[in-house]
Amino acid sequence: MGPVAAGGLVAMDILLTAFSLVFTPYVLLVMLGAAIFGLFVGSIPGLTATMATALLIPITFFMDPVPAIAAIVTTVAMAIFAGDIPGCLLRIPGTPASAAYADEAYAMTAKGQAEKALGTSLVCAVIGGLIGSLVLATTAPLLAEFAIQFSSFEYFWLACLGLSCAVMISSGSMIKGLVSLLLGLFISTIGIDITAGYPRFTFGNVELMGGISFIPAMIGMFAVSEVLRYIASNHEKLAVPQQSIGNVFRGLGPVLGRYKINLLRGGVIGTAIGILPGAGADIAAWVAYALSKKFSREPEKFGTGHVEGLVDSGCANNAGLNGAWVPAIVFGIPGDSITAIVIGVLYMKGMNPGPTVFLNQPELIYAVFVAFFVANLALLPLGFMAIKLARQVLRIPQPVLMPMILLFCLVGAFAINNTVFGITVMLVLGLLAYVMEENGFPIAPTILGIVLGTMLEDNFMSSMIKADGDLLGFFSRPIALVLGVVTLTVWFLPPVIRAVRAGRSGNGG
Amino acid sequence: MRVNDAVFGIILLLFSLAVILYSQSFPATHGQSYGPDLFPVLIALGLSLCGLALTLRGWMSRASVPWIEFGAWAQDRGKVITFALVPVGLISYVLVADFLGFIPTALLFLFVLLRRFAVAPAKALVIAFTATLVIHTIFVRFLLVPLPWGLLQPVAW
Repeated sequence: MGPVAAGGLVAMDILLTAFSLVFTPYVLLVMLGAAIFGLFVGSIPGLTATMATALLIPITFFMDPVPAIAAIVTTVAMAIFAGDIPGCLLRIPGTPASAAYADEAYAMTAKGQAEKALGTSLVCAVIGGLIGSLVLATTAPLLAEFAIQFSSFEYFWLACLGLSCAVMISSGSMIKGLVSLLLGLFISTIGIDITAGYPRFTFGNVELMGGISFIPAMIGMFAVSEVLRYIASNHEKLAVPQQSIGNVFRGLGPVLGRYKINLLRGGVIGTAIGILPGAGADIAAWVAYALSKKFSREPEKFGTGHVEGLVDSGCANNAGLNGAWVPAIVFGIPGDSITAIVIGVLYMKGMNPGPTVFLNQPELIYAVFVAFFVANLALLPLGFMAIKLARQVLRIPQPVLMPMILLFCLVGAFAINNTVFGITVMLVLGLLAYVMEENGFPIAPTILGIVLGTMLEDNFMSSMIKADGDLLGFFSRPIALVLGVVTLTVWFLPPVIRAVRAGRSGNGG
Repeated sequence: MRVNDAVFGIILLLFSLAVILYSQSFPATHGQSYGPDLFPVLIALGLSLCGLALTLRGWMSRASVPWIEFGAWAQDRGKVITFALVPVGLISYVLVADFLGFIPTALLFLFVLLRRFAVAPAKALVIAFTATLVIHTIFVRFLLVPLPWGLLQPVAW
């Protein structure tokens, strides 16, 4: 089975190479810079972890694969934790992933327990991140070994499943989620088509022939749209608390000891939700918080500044972040919007996601895993510093940041192909994302559509060439058959159930 | 800006119709049952079904949901101008950056936006100047991105 031995045990030399790839002064310095950037962006309400990733790409574009991916991993882990800081101190979540328990954390602050809330958030984020990293590093190679047998038929179904999952999990109306997805798929058809080489929807524009550039599109949808939303929102000056923050680790031992089951549960649930395409850290935190309350011995204390929910959900969002990388690395199917961006980066680095990367470049993949552990361990001291500096960071006026972010977006969109066309793409998709979000169309399915559209069509076309145009070819191989049946069930079972129920209640009056 | 679902529905119906009609001009691939028009047409069919559903839903709720509703911020002229300045600023950059060069254009872009965000003139100028030079240095010096020099070409460093 090549360098990846049975049972997921890795040859020692690969692991050593992986360590030597990460533990270089350059990579560690890049990770430190990324950590500071992530903590900063996460702490500022209105700037999300996804935006941090989108802003980071133009810089990582010019790096080797390992530092580039390590920078993204670090930034995101730091940003998701840092989102807890303003949630706790101001009741304004720094990123959507902290929204689930911002009220609870703020209630603790109101009771004079800000230190305990922040300390719990930090330690749980670290533990959650480590659980997620462990699951990623152990399951991804195993899955890859299985996936190596997949052909275009299986990949076609996997892409279908991933996209369906993104629509079903997306918040709000399912029709709107479907519209978002189809728009993303449509965007992916622009440009020279793969099988016939015919330029579709380019209207003679040479720059469109290569398709909509992925990175300007991401910067537009995640960064420009956020700036627009900030302008349209009612932004008040943040009321930064005056009291200083003491020792956040005091009295944490008993809390963690008492809620060790919650830690494990939060980590596992978070990772599992992260693995599902389309659901990321924010949904993981909501689900973990709800389950924590459901299984708690003291559910009545939730909402009054009780630390239990914080343990579960603080653990779950950081775990979810890492879980999302499992399908992204093994199948090229992103688990959330952040990994959707990462897949674009991987393709640019020639590290095409898929099981073969485990065979051809195992040292790179394991270096990425090592980076995951390093980033999550580094979160403990760096997150502690971020808490200490929180009051200063929160005093930075946001109006000063927004124009600078916009200029950075502009240069980033330009830098990918060195043409101003990228700026136009960024602007158009930024406006589109703004209008969509304002009207309840989720953005995540669009991103997945853009990323997976080409893969879907590519695998459909090559399958049909193999099967001579016979659609039944999609059910001719055992794994494809199972995946196909599962996909069709996911598509057709819910409407059938709904129709049956409607019929019954209709008969009953 | 919130829009009734029916408006989106009708836009989607028109859009998918246009896609389907336009896709008919794509050439068929010899010896294959499925050509480059397959996916666009399938996507457009899906969009038209969604469009139909949204139109019906919006029509049924037309009593409670207005066709188009501008948020409270649209009443605030200042915010509308700032909002519009984002696309206007980006498009202006695309149009004039080659001639003016990155540094003057970015300086102007930042200064105008910072003033719109009510930053004091002197402070705005200092911030715009510093940010422009920092971003220019990062991208030109370290990442070797050929940002245009424009008018500053004779003194390029």
